[in-house]
Amino acid sequence: MDAVVDRDHALDLLRQMLRIRRFEEKCAELYSGGKIRGFLHLYIGEEAVAVGAMPCFTSEDAIVGTYREHGHALIRGTPMGPLMAELYGKANGCARGRGGSMHFFDATRRFYGGLAIVGGGLPVAVGLALADNMQQRRRVTACFFGDGAVAEGEFHESLNLAALWKLPVLFLCENNLYAMGTALGRHQSQTDIARKADAYAVPAEAVNGMDVLEVEAATRKAVDFVRTGHGPYLLEYRTYRFRAHSMYDAELYRTKDEVAQWKQRDPIALFHQQLRTEGYVTDADLDNMETAIAAEIAEAVSFAEMSPWEPMEDLTKDVYTAKNGFHRSAQS
Amino acid sequence: MTKITYREAVRAGLREALQGDPRVFLMGEDVGKYGGTYACSKGFLEEFGPERIRDTPLSESTFVGAGIGAALGGMKPIVEVMTVNFSLLALDQIVNNAATIRHMSGGQFSIPLVVRMATGAGRQVAAQHSHSLEGWYAHIPGITVLAPATVTDARGMLLAALQEPDPVFIFEHAYLYPLEGELDESALPVDLIHAAIRRAGSDISLITFGGSLWKALEAADQLAHEGISAEVVDLRILRPLDISTVWASVRKTHRAVVIDEGWRTGSFAAEVSAQIMEGAFFDLDSPVARVCSVEVPIPYPKHLEDAALPQPEKIALTVRNVLGG
Repeated sequence: MDAVVDRDHALDLLRQMLRIRRFEEKCAELYSGGKIRGFLHLYIGEEAVAVGAMPCFTSEDAIVGTYREHGHALIRGTPMGPLMAELYGKANGCARGRGGSMHFFDATRRFYGGLAIVGGGLPVAVGLALADNMQQRRRVTACFFGDGAVAEGEFHESLNLAALWKLPVLFLCENNLYAMGTALGRHQSQTDIARKADAYAVPAEAVNGMDVLEVEAATRKAVDFVRTGHGPYLLEYRTYRFRAHSMYDAELYRTKDEVAQWKQRDPIALFHQQLRTEGYVTDADLDNMETAIAAEIAEAVSFAEMSPWEPMEDLTKDVYTAKNGFHRSAQS
Repeated sequence: MTKITYREAVRAGLREALQGDPRVFLMGEDVGKYGGTYACSKGFLEEFGPERIRDTPLSESTFVGAGIGAALGGMKPIVEVMTVNFSLLALDQIVNNAATIRHMSGGQFSIPLVVRMATGAGRQVAAQHSHSLEGWYAHIPGITVLAPATVTDARGMLLAALQEPDPVFIFEHAYLYPLEGELDESALPVDLIHAAIRRAGSDISLITFGGSLWKALEAADQLAHEGISAEVVDLRILRPLDISTVWASVRKTHRAVVIDEGWRTGSFAAEVSAQIMEGAFFDLDSPVARVCSVEVPIPYPKHLEDAALPQPEKIALTVRNVLGG
């Protein structure tokens, strides 16, 4: 264990990864039970990325996520209750239940989605950073996206524009090797994502996304670079999703062996092992952690269960900002 | 009343907006050094500086998306997408982000974004540069769609749009930029609620918007010589549509022709026609007629392009048929 890592911080990293893992295991169970519908993209296996990255941002920084954003919202600080209620589609959800799994939003934490069209969040992140620059705010916009997004034009356009205008965007590619079911090597002529950034004069680095400490160290360095006015930076987190793309798929695109190999690198198991070896965590610590998380999840489920449904008369509320009955009267 | 061109009116609106609010900035292709494709921002780079007058790469999706992000971040961006034809490259940002984020986030976020673009045919620039797709945009809840046809609206609607907390799309018909009109200072600020009666009449309602307004007015002139009194309704705002003004006109005239440069199938004219049927069916003395573009990619040669688009003669002929029928 690196001596610079404080024990409390290390335990917190472990705890946060476990919060995501257990929360999502519960989500999968609730999905099977019919409480959660629609798409449900689980982050299981990739927890070290959100957990290592998120502490590097201040509350003033902005986060733009994708449809696989449960972990990011949770670690950003949105309480588990409103997240679970959102998955239920209930009115106390973090987006009034209107978005569900793919569309978590939290204005108070500058969490801008939950944007579920692949690549669609990158231009928005560029704009958020532009607004910061134009208003002389030293904030960073963190933009998460997957390896699938690098095939989209918006990836290339956004890297170019952010670099051209020297905007404080941190592009965070969560490379889990599959664009849904298409392996990186089957959709990219150049599979080294960092080299793509190079073409736009954006500095980039690939890190082991299964190692929470490595993620955190690299992200902190990148955030400093961006915050001090050097323009954008790209980090590629090499990670792996243990579950199906969404709740169920036949996984015809990868072998059981490959999944098993990656599970050997489970970020939670490895980190736990590391902490145990160093004497940072006892079995009792872990038990306490699990107990507390189980209680938090139970409370979140109960919050979601008790949350009301949005009233039918609010169906069209907030399509536009309410203003002297402007749109509503004209469009009844 | 001052006589100015549509281009000058847009320019005046932009200038006023930039002077009036430091959060307003303009970005798009060739808005700076070049002065704007239609010269609407000529001299602005020198006047307002490169921070506020931003030339962008040819990356429609990203600079429209950056407009969304900048609006979320507290700015008031005016994004110029050179023409509606190129806006197709930004449809994902418009339809999936600009139009949805407010509702989908449970009302947590506002996107005070203004997007301007030239639209329409009539300048012999062939099929890929002649689209009239305002009707498509008007299909989308979450955005406001404006079609200024007069110089007063060209200036005033931009300023009014900047007061809106939600995304507004302004379609400026490319044919109008060099045309002169009377700027009605007394009509400012303009509202974004009501359609306008541009010419009062009693025999038939010509309902239209944007570049087609002037063709409808010309047709009304021709018809007046024949003793036919046509009322001309300028919709001005396609979403939200002020159908009340349309119904009131139809209740007076009992006949309607809807003129729309979009293709006939699934056109905005079809929507207007349906809403007339829903709200004023029993006031009609004859079926609603439509004059739309012929369903063909707009061709280059003038005689074919003219034939493809609504023209005053075609409008007048349709009116005679409706009255004769």
